[in-house]
This record gives sequence, C-alpha cells and structure tokens, in this order.
Amino acid sequence: MIGSAVPRKEDAALLTGRGTFVDDIHRPGLLHMVYVHSTEAHALITGVDAEEARSLPGVVGVWTARDFAGLPPRPSVPGLERGYLAAGKVHYVGEPVAVVVAADRYAAADAARAVRVAYEPLPVMATVADALARDSVPIFAPLPGNLALEQQVTPDDVTADLEAAPHRLRARLVNQRCAGAPMEPYGVLADWTGAGPTVWATVQAPHRVRAEIAERFGLARHLVRVVAPDVGGAFGVKSSFMPELFLAPELSRRLGRPVKYVETRGEHMVHTYHGRDQLQDVEVGFDDEGRILALDVTLTVNIGGVPDPVGIGLATLTSYMLGGCYKIPKIAARYRSVVTNTTPTASYRGAGRPEASFLIERVVDLVARELGRDPADVRKANLIQPGEMPYQTPFEGIVYDEADYPAALDLLLDRLGYAGLREEQARRLADPRAPLLGVGLSTFVEMGGFGPTPLFEQFGYLGGWESANVRMQPDGSVIVLVGTAPHGQGHQTALAQIAADQLGVPFDAISVLYGDTAVVQEGTGTMGSRGMPVAGNAVRMAAVEVADKARRVAAHMLEADADDLVRIGDGFQVKGVPDATVTLAEVAERAFKPHLLPEGTALGLENTSYFEPKNLSYPSGAHGCVVEIDRDTGRVSILRYVCVDDCGTVINPMTARGQIHGGVAQGIAQALFEKVAFDAGGRPLTASLEDYMVPGALDLPPYETHHIETRSSFNPLGAKGLGEAGATAAPQAVVNAVVDALAHLGVRDVEMPCTPERVWKVMHDAS
Amino acid sequence: MIPAGFSYVRAGSVEEALDELSRHGGAARPLAGGHSLLPAMKLRRAEPGVLVDIGRLRELSYVRADGDRIAVGALTSHRTLERDPVVAAQVPLLAAAARRIGDPQVRNRGTIGGSLAHADPAADLAGAVLALDGVLVARGPAGVREIPAREFFTGRCRNALAPGELLTEIRLPAAPGRSYAFEKFSRRALDWAVVGVAAQARPGGGVAIALIGMGPTPVRATAVEEALAAGEPAAEAARLAAWGCEPPDDAVASASYRTHLAEVLVTRALAAL
Repeated sequence: MIGSAVPRKEDAALLTGRGTFVDDIHRPGLLHMVYVHSTEAHALITGVDAEEARSLPGVVGVWTARDFAGLPPRPSVPGLERGYLAAGKVHYVGEPVAVVVAADRYAAADAARAVRVAYEPLPVMATVADALARDSVPIFAPLPGNLALEQQVTPDDVTADLEAAPHRLRARLVNQRCAGAPMEPYGVLADWTGAGPTVWATVQAPHRVRAEIAERFGLARHLVRVVAPDVGGAFGVKSSFMPELFLAPELSRRLGRPVKYVETRGEHMVHTYHGRDQLQDVEVGFDDEGRILALDVTLTVNIGGVPDPVGIGLATLTSYMLGGCYKIPKIAARYRSVVTNTTPTASYRGAGRPEASFLIERVVDLVARELGRDPADVRKANLIQPGEMPYQTPFEGIVYDEADYPAALDLLLDRLGYAGLREEQARRLADPRAPLLGVGLSTFVEMGGFGPTPLFEQFGYLGGWESANVRMQPDGSVIVLVGTAPHGQGHQTALAQIAADQLGVPFDAISVLYGDTAVVQEGTGTMGSRGMPVAGNAVRMAAVEVADKARRVAAHMLEADADDLVRIGDGFQVKGVPDATVTLAEVAERAFKPHLLPEGTALGLENTSYFEPKNLSYPSGAHGCVVEIDRDTGRVSILRYVCVDDCGTVINPMTARGQIHGGVAQGIAQALFEKVAFDAGGRPLTASLEDYMVPGALDLPPYETHHIETRSSFNPLGAKGLGEAGATAAPQAVVNAVVDALAHLGVRDVEMPCTPERVWKVMHDAS
Repeated sequence: MIPAGFSYVRAGSVEEALDELSRHGGAARPLAGGHSLLPAMKLRRAEPGVLVDIGRLRELSYVRADGDRIAVGALTSHRTLERDPVVAAQVPLLAAAARRIGDPQVRNRGTIGGSLAHADPAADLAGAVLALDGVLVARGPAGVREIPAREFFTGRCRNALAPGELLTEIRLPAAPGRSYAFEKFSRRALDWAVVGVAAQARPGGGVAIALIGMGPTPVRATAVEEALAAGEPAAEAARLAAWGCEPPDDAVASASYRTHLAEVLVTRALAAL
C-alpha cells in the first residue's frame, strides 16, 4: 500500500459536511464564553466597569485577571510567566482583558461590548526599532530593555573570513509577519464533571495540553481528558497555549456547567498568535565562482507584546538552517527576540526554517547577481553532494540525512526548460509592450520529523517520540491508535497504508483513531512535519510486532514452524503445502482462545510501540517559479510553479501532492499577498480577511509536482516529512523570480509581499 | 462576527415593504441579497433595529425593454444581468460589470438594487450604471421619483434615498451595438476593485467614462470625456483620468497608486472601445 494514491478515509465525512468540529459539539446546559479584548496597544488598565454587562439578560458573569489570581500562570519560560487575562496593563490590541459568560453567544457578545475598560495610554512601540530605541519604555515588566532574549548561536567570529574573501556583500532582508488563518479558528469546550474536566479543543498536541491543564489544576492526568476532534487546519498556530485552554475549564468548574469558547475570524486575526516577523541582516563572503566562504547573520525577531515560550527562541531553528543546501564552511549567527506592542508571534508552518531558507536563497541570488553569473550555476557551485551525506553542518547536532540536492536542481531545470525561459526573457525585454518575465529558483532543505526527545524536551514536550497501538480485532480487522493529532494531514489514510503493508490486512479493514487522551495511550502531537517520519514509524513498529505474533499463532494452528509459513492472500500457508492454509481472521479469533494457544501465549493480537527517531530528518528539494510582471500596474502573475520534492519515502502520492499544494499556496501567499500590519499606534490594519489578503484558488497557479525519493537512513520507513516543505520553499522562489524580472532595472530586492503597488513603485523608482 | 440584536420582517409586497420601512423609520433597513449588509452587521459596522426582507419580492426581479430604455427591477440578481439576452443586446456594459462581481454564489444572491443602494464607492455595477447615464426609481411615502445616477451617490456608502424610500427600478438608455469596456483592477480575483473603469460609447459620438474606487463615490471622469470630445488623442485624455478625484489613501492602495491605476485603466478601456 505504501506508495499508492488511495483516496482519503477522512473525506467522506468532511466533504459531506459531517465532520465534528469543536463548535459542532453540544453539551446540556452549555454556556458561552467571550473575551473583552484590549482596544489599546499599550496602556494601564485603570478600571473595568462590568456593572451594565452583568445586568444584561442571559449574562452569567464577568471575570477579570484578579478573579484568577489563585491559578498558577500559563506555561512559559521561567521568569516570564503571566496570567490568563491582562493584569494592570495591556501589551497589544487584542489581548484578553476580561471574560464574559452568558447563556448564548449573542448575549455574551453584547455583554462583552458593554464592559467598559478605562485605560491610561502609554507610549506605543509597534516596531522592533521603536522597542529597542534608547527612549523606549519597558513593555513586559520582567524585560527592561524590551529584549527578551539575545542569543549567540555559534561561537564563530567570521570577520577575518569575510575580510579574506575575494567578494563580499551585505543585505537586509525582511521576512514579514503572517497569520496562520486556518479555516477553523481556535475553539475550546470544557465540561468539568466530577473530579476533572473533559476539554474538546482545536489543538495539535492533546496529551501535552492534558499535562498542562492537569498541572494548573493540581490534578492527576487520568482525571483530565482532552479531545481534539476534527480540526480545520492549524499550521502551528494551534500549538500555543491560549488562555482559553485554562479559562474554559476553570469557569466550567466554578459554574458547574459546560463552557464553550469559539473564536471569531476578527478575533483570530488579533488574538491567536502570528508567525515569522524577522529582520535579517546578512553579510556574505564569496569567491569568483560564487562559492560562499563565510556567512554572518543577525536576526531581529518581533515576538510581540508578551513572549510566547516557543516564539522567544524560534530563531534558533532559523540559525541552524542558515546554510541551506550548501557547503558553507563558516557561519556566525546571533539573534535578538524583541518585545513590541503587537500580537505575540510563535509557530507558523515551518516555524523558523522558512525564514532561513528565504535568507540563504535570496543571498545566493544576490551573489549571482553581483558576479553576473546564472543563479543556477552559483547554486551548483555550492550544493552539498550526495556522497557527502549524512552531512554535518557547522551547527552541532544538525546533520542532514541522505539526499541528492544536485539531482533535484537538475530535474527542476529540465522540467522548467530553463534555457528556453532565459531566451524568452531576453526576447520580452526587447519588446516594451511585452510583460516582463522572471525565473526564480529555490533549492531548499528544512527540518522534519521533530524529535528526538533531548531536543523536543526543550520545547516542553514529554518526548520527541511518537506512540502507536495496533490491535487486531477478533475478525482480523485492525484499529490503530496513534499519538499524533492531525488537522487535515490525512493520517487515517497514510497510517493505515503503513499498517496494511506490515499486517497483510486490506486498507479498508483498518481504522486509525487519534486525538483523545482517554483513548490513545500517550502521544506527542502533530507539528514539525513529524507525522510520517515519527508516527509512521511507530505504527510500523507496532504492526511488525502484531504481524509477528499472528504468524506464531498461525504456525501453531498449522502445526508448522513459523519460519516455514508464507503469506498468501488473506492468510498464511505452509510453504509448499497448498492445502495447509489459515486465514488471518481465523488466526485473529484464535488469538482470543486461551485453551487453543500454545502454553504461555498472551491473549490478543496487540502491541503498543514508541518510536524515538535517531535525529531530525531533512526534507529537501528544488522549486522554480516563472512570473510575468505587468509593466503598467506592477502586478505579478505566476505563469508556472514547478516543485521537485524529496521527502524520502512517499506513503501516498496524492496526499503528498496535497501537502505540497497547500504549503506552496501559503508560501506564495507570503510572497505576494499576505502581511499582518499595524499602524504606528499599534492598531491592527489587517483584522479581517477583507484586509488580510489570503489568496483564493483563482489567485494561485496550477502546480507541477515531481518527487525524488531518497530514503532517509534515520528511520526504518525512510520518510522525512512534507508538511512544511512547500511553505519553506515557495516564498523565495517567487521573490527571486520577481527580482529576476526587474534585474535589468538594477533592482536588487523587493520586500514581501510583492504587491502590485510595491512592484510598481520599485519599477518607478528604478527607471 | 456576532451581530447586535435585531428584529426581522418579511415583506409580501412592495407596499408592505414600504409600510414596514415607514413604520420603523430610520431603525429599519431593507434586506435584499444581504451580501453587504449582513457582513457589516456581523462586524457591527451596521446595527439596524429591524430588517425588512424584500428578497422574495419577485415582482422586483425583471429586465424589460421599454422603447429605447431598459428597465431593470431592483431585485434582479447579478447572475441574471450576466446572462440575460436583453441586457446582453441592449446594455452589455452592465453584463460585463456584473460578470466581475465576486463568485457565482455571490452573483446568484446579490442584487443590482442592493449593490447600488449600498453605495460602495468601488462597486462594479455603480460604475456601469453611472457610465450608462442610468436613472434610479425610488418609491416611498411621497410616491415615485426618479433620481439620475449622477445624483444618487452622495458619499461613501450613502445614497440620495429619503427615509422610507425603496429603490425599485433602474432605467438605462439602450445602447445596442455601441462599444463599451469594463476594466477592473483588484488585489485578489474576488475582491472589490482597487480602481475600476466603465466606459460606454455614446450615440452621437463621445464616450462616457465612470471610475470606481477613486473617491467617496463612483464618479464620472468628466475631464477625460471633455478632452476626448475636444479631439484630444486617447493617451493625452487618459492622463486626466484622476482629475478632480480624491482617491482614498489606505491599506489597500495609496492615493498615488490609485491615480496611476486610473490612468492605466482608462487608457486600456479607451483602447478596447
């Protein structure tokens, strides 16, 4: 089954509108919780008047920070903890100041508007420059200079190497702030019955959430049940610990009734955390061939009004991936995480790695431009060769697994018809009426398969492993329980394919369950492209054990040696004896008959396995983009987008293609459309999808996808992960194409998003 | 995304709708396709106390040729305008503009009267009706009156309807066989126009040109029209596209970019005539 494009088991329910999302779940006596969000970017709270709100029909109560003073703070970096609601001051527009609970959402929304919060404005620092300015004032109390973290990632000083290099150049690149904007916003329903709560929530790691809730409330974990039902996209933004994960259960406990919170789209745009938002200062030294000799990088990250424990250190991952697919002998990297009066930032599809890929791919193009060489040739001069794998990067512990970067680039150039495109580009340049043509390349590598435990512990997880329980039913069908919590990836399908191969059971006879801590043994979760490389291997491990036991039971039934059995159709046969057969269903039933099993055989056909990856995996590939630019309006149209991806073993080519499409779409969105913006006063300018430009199907090109399969030796399946590859590869493929189209004007860079107006201005200023 | 409370009545006839509107005074808003009003209510930009649903008044959904005028009922959907043979033959500019609105779902629900009465300065149909020198028919407590399109749009999302008046019909001079152009520039395929241009060749020569997205209301590009009438070449005339406009300067586009787009789009529209 591995490698076959079977349709998704998930789709029958989802496509007919019969999925079960948090907002679809109803409990008797349900109450609704709505936030009062800060309307100020930076201000002291001088008073909260909830009298009118409390008096409105249907309103159960209004609570502010002081009402939760007894609860331990939200999970964070030690010393930077904070409560659930703004206490005494607000740090950004959208920060929750109070919660209202009412009999229905309408009453709750009306009451939230009736809560009057009095503010005493403080100076607003909406940018990192303002927050770091000498006359800035502290935003988050424990951080006097608004500097949450200053990290020297490598001890290397490359000053001498840069000075010795035949050429060097500097650049400042901007990786703008983006919003995850999943189809389904954040939602929580908590029902505290008896000794502990059941919490249905749109989360990516239910077991982790269970641990955090149990700890906050001083409960043993078995008393807390967290369920992630169908989740409509997450893209990392549902991995942060939003206050509603604790407020809903706490209010349910206090009120003795279930409490539901479902974010509106407008709230999502200011309340749920954003991603990216890096300023990248780069200096690079290189030789006449374009070989990069040394790289010096300083990243300045806008982490928003209060530090998120993941957001604060995310640039470590950016730093680790700065070398891209290239043999760069020396890299010096440091970063600063800066607090500003904006919504906090944390994980967003790729979480730190797309920023690195963007940086190095833009730098390679700048080097090529500086030398007047073709960007494809400069890439070839720098690529790590397949014989050098596994490749130890300049960063300790960061070792790339098997891949063939040059083959990916060659395949891409071939599929693009690269030489022909360059000729066409020259032809169009000569015709002032023809739209400009640009070609952009992006040879990329990123991290997938998040684990192993020593790394993942640093993000607060119990481990970096994943777990699977494979249980054959007495009729030979199979239930798999897995510790990941997918939100669109298609784990029911892909993991069933893996189990089917090991067990010899038809795909249709396997069900995969996940997302419920009362059902699933233990789990880490779905993030960091870990589904196939980690969970896939856990399922495989457990299935191997079950298959092995089934063979032993079959051998007993056939009175043969297990080694003498061969698999046939739906069961086993004694080698060379066509009549001596037994079906898997017969074997499965036998496994539950103690008197008919060999002495000492445990009942049942079941195994729980935990797979700990040896290391991270490194999905890679080469993407190319061809754009056309309207000379009059500056509009960029993508004519072609070609992907060559190496995610190792491809489990299901159709869902793999879906991951590429979605990732590339978000990457193109970052390149051309999306930017979360604030004015100088910290007021959000993109608080709805009218202003935040998520592109639709008509705004995106068809994708041409190709795969190279280089198995990773880091795990038995040989899989590397794919969920974040498209979003990692695409932004710079597009931007490199846009800059390429404008290069004849002397244009060196166009900041993302390359909107028609921005491109027009760049053209206008250059000519 | 949670609207404030409101009450709802469904009108069974135009008379009933007029009664309800005058009974509730300024608190009532007519609801047609709901594509502008309902989102505005969910964002609490609009908080009408009463919605008078006129969406099922089939009597207001029609396209009729009436001598040299085409009469379009206010509840005619964008989709109908896009496909109606009378519109295609007599006022094809209207069909061209309707075709550029949103997606098929939006065009099936949205109505010409709703769009015009909402008076968004970037509305596609407003540009077309203005370039066609349309006349809007309103019925109210004081009877029926005609309002020329040039006088209908009085400000950003404001119109010339008096309290209790309902827009019931749009009358357009037929323009069979005369050339027209509709140029729209939007950020995303389904977005409102950043800037748009509707151009219609006139019977006695000359061109009527309307701009959307270039100020608080859709406007006629009179400077371009006059320059063309005076025999200026199209390229020269197009330079005057933004003359007298006060284009918005916002997160979607700067005023200077809008000014530039107006010139580009007028140039393209004139070339397409």
